[in-house]
Amino acid sequence: MTADVELDRLTVRFGGFTAVEDASLRIRPGEFFSFLGPSGCGKTTILRTISGFIEPSAGAVRIGGRDMTGIGANRRPTALIFQNLALFPMMSVAENVGYGLRVRGVRRRERLATVERLLNLVALGDQGAKKIDELSGGQRQRVAIARALAVEPQVLLLDEPLSALDLKLRQHMRNELRAIQRRVGLTFIYITHDQGEALAMSDRIAVMNRGRIEQIGDGRTVYDAPETEFVARFVGETNVFRGRVAAVADGEAAVDTPLGRLRGRNPRRLMQGAEALLFVRPEFLQPGLRAENCCEAETLVVAYEGNLTHAAFQGPDGVPLMALLGGAARQTPPAPGERVHLGFAARDAVVLPPGAHA
Amino acid sequence: MRSAGAHYLLMLLPLAVVAAFWAMASLERRRDGGVSFTQRNGAAIATYLVVAVGLWSLFMIVLPQLSMIELSFRPKLPTAQIGGPRDVYTLQNYRYFLFGSTTDTSHWNSIHIHAFFLTIFASILVTAFDLALCYPLAFYMAQAARPRRVRLLLLLLIAPYWVNEVLRAFAFRVIFATGGVLNAVLTGLGLIGQPIDFLGLDIGMYAGLSYAYLLLMVFPLYNALESLPASQIEAARDLGAPWWHIHLNVVIPFAKPGIASGCTLVFMLTSGALAAPLVLGGPRSLWFTPIVYDRFYQAFNWPQGSAYAFILLLTCVAFVLAVLRLTKLSLGEITR
Repeated sequence: MTADVELDRLTVRFGGFTAVEDASLRIRPGEFFSFLGPSGCGKTTILRTISGFIEPSAGAVRIGGRDMTGIGANRRPTALIFQNLALFPMMSVAENVGYGLRVRGVRRRERLATVERLLNLVALGDQGAKKIDELSGGQRQRVAIARALAVEPQVLLLDEPLSALDLKLRQHMRNELRAIQRRVGLTFIYITHDQGEALAMSDRIAVMNRGRIEQIGDGRTVYDAPETEFVARFVGETNVFRGRVAAVADGEAAVDTPLGRLRGRNPRRLMQGAEALLFVRPEFLQPGLRAENCCEAETLVVAYEGNLTHAAFQGPDGVPLMALLGGAARQTPPAPGERVHLGFAARDAVVLPPGAHA
Repeated sequence: MRSAGAHYLLMLLPLAVVAAFWAMASLERRRDGGVSFTQRNGAAIATYLVVAVGLWSLFMIVLPQLSMIELSFRPKLPTAQIGGPRDVYTLQNYRYFLFGSTTDTSHWNSIHIHAFFLTIFASILVTAFDLALCYPLAFYMAQAARPRRVRLLLLLLIAPYWVNEVLRAFAFRVIFATGGVLNAVLTGLGLIGQPIDFLGLDIGMYAGLSYAYLLLMVFPLYNALESLPASQIEAARDLGAPWWHIHLNVVIPFAKPGIASGCTLVFMLTSGALAAPLVLGGPRSLWFTPIVYDRFYQAFNWPQGSAYAFILLLTCVAFVLAVLRLTKLSLGEITR
């Protein structure tokens, strides 16, 4: 059984501090949904409100259409995987996984069968008798997942569960989490500050900043078509040029920047004369391309990283620029000190109004 | 022991102790394979620690206890006869505890044996009562209260203990006496017609005993509960557990070493407490420690007193070790 989760104008205040402000969204049943944002943006507060540890100051959480106001954490159809996992150290792996069932008074035989099935699901079939401190980080992760799944939640909540793992394991666990989610078909709500994680795993992402949801969309939308300055800067790397809109036409805007007049998409329909920021991803900036958007710059640093090359430039007025040169094209990167033309297509740039920073 | 050779032995003992501690320090290095005890603490401090701890444990703990045990196996003799032909090892002091006579074994010494078991049993009850009293308090301080509130509570808990133990016992007398504060309040409120003889009913004594070592229950519990991550409790709640289930299956197992540590301290100290039973004990109450005290200072029979003290110590230690064994805890764990 899986359920949808709806936040209806959710606001959470702690004293005078507003942790979450007026958040509204609907997470579909069986969706892998991520909240992405820097620490302190309110994403953990949202998760704890959904799980029932925090009562909203205003608005409501609905799970499967049912208003959760006044229903405690122990009576909600959710299960939370804690950042530190919160496995019980004095219980064995099997006892940890079976704890929720024991609470529900499930009979021993039935309980053992469920525990075994779940341990097999997370590939820990033969580890049931072990103590928690005998397991590796990745194994503990999987025990926490099995323990949460044991109570048959309709929604699984995950609070940065991978942040304590090393890089290799983290990447491995990403795939594993995604695979488990597909197998059990539950709604997963995932909290992270790691955009790579969010982009790789999620069906949709809500990007948060200072208690507000800035944008909701799938990974590609959030990356390619950011709607606010914060989203453009926080998700991925980007070049930013500040200026004023000189002209608008056909959904595009021309912005007068220190590098000259540059053109980009204009999703927010900025008017002529408005203050604007023009964003271009480093991978769209190409040396030697004399396109509609072009400037001359001096090469500062070239860092070869095998599959790709990072290059840093200095444009007119000392504006810094960075480019990501793909390895497949076998481009010869410019040498440091060399002056090159850097160009990009207008459809690869986006013009946005200045907004709140992180 | 009472010859010239024994004196030399006594002189050599401190050196032997220091050597033993030195050996332990270097053994620790070999086992851990890391920095040695001396390297970690510096030569001066390491020497001080080894010598001070060695001498302390020898002169303050080991030697007095050993000499007391040795004394308990000797007869009570006039000073002139000590070391004489009649000064031989004997079990008569232990015989006296069991049969009320140094020679006759036909009747049990029921008064002393009864007092002994009552003391052990009552100490267990006092310990259990203290645990029940302190667990919610320690849990509140460790998990729920804000730091400011915790500091205030700690101060309120500690401040009364600045008062001497005997004076505290007298304070309980003032509260529980027939004409005391508690009776005055109860009669004043009209809850009781006649004053209750709290002291005669031993209620005063048990209250005093329960309070005497309360702090030694609070602090180990507080320490243990404070190291419990709040997320453990939340995780249990999230998995659907009601509050009592969380305490029974998550919090208490986690705090077990602290509970054992507090219970051990309170039990040992209560069974050996002297001030509260002496000051607050009713006329009919028979606590074992005043009996031991009387062996020394009323009967002036130090060998017998030593035997009584040794019996109490041995029983308490055996009891504690047995309980630790039953709860699958090691001594090392409860001193963490």
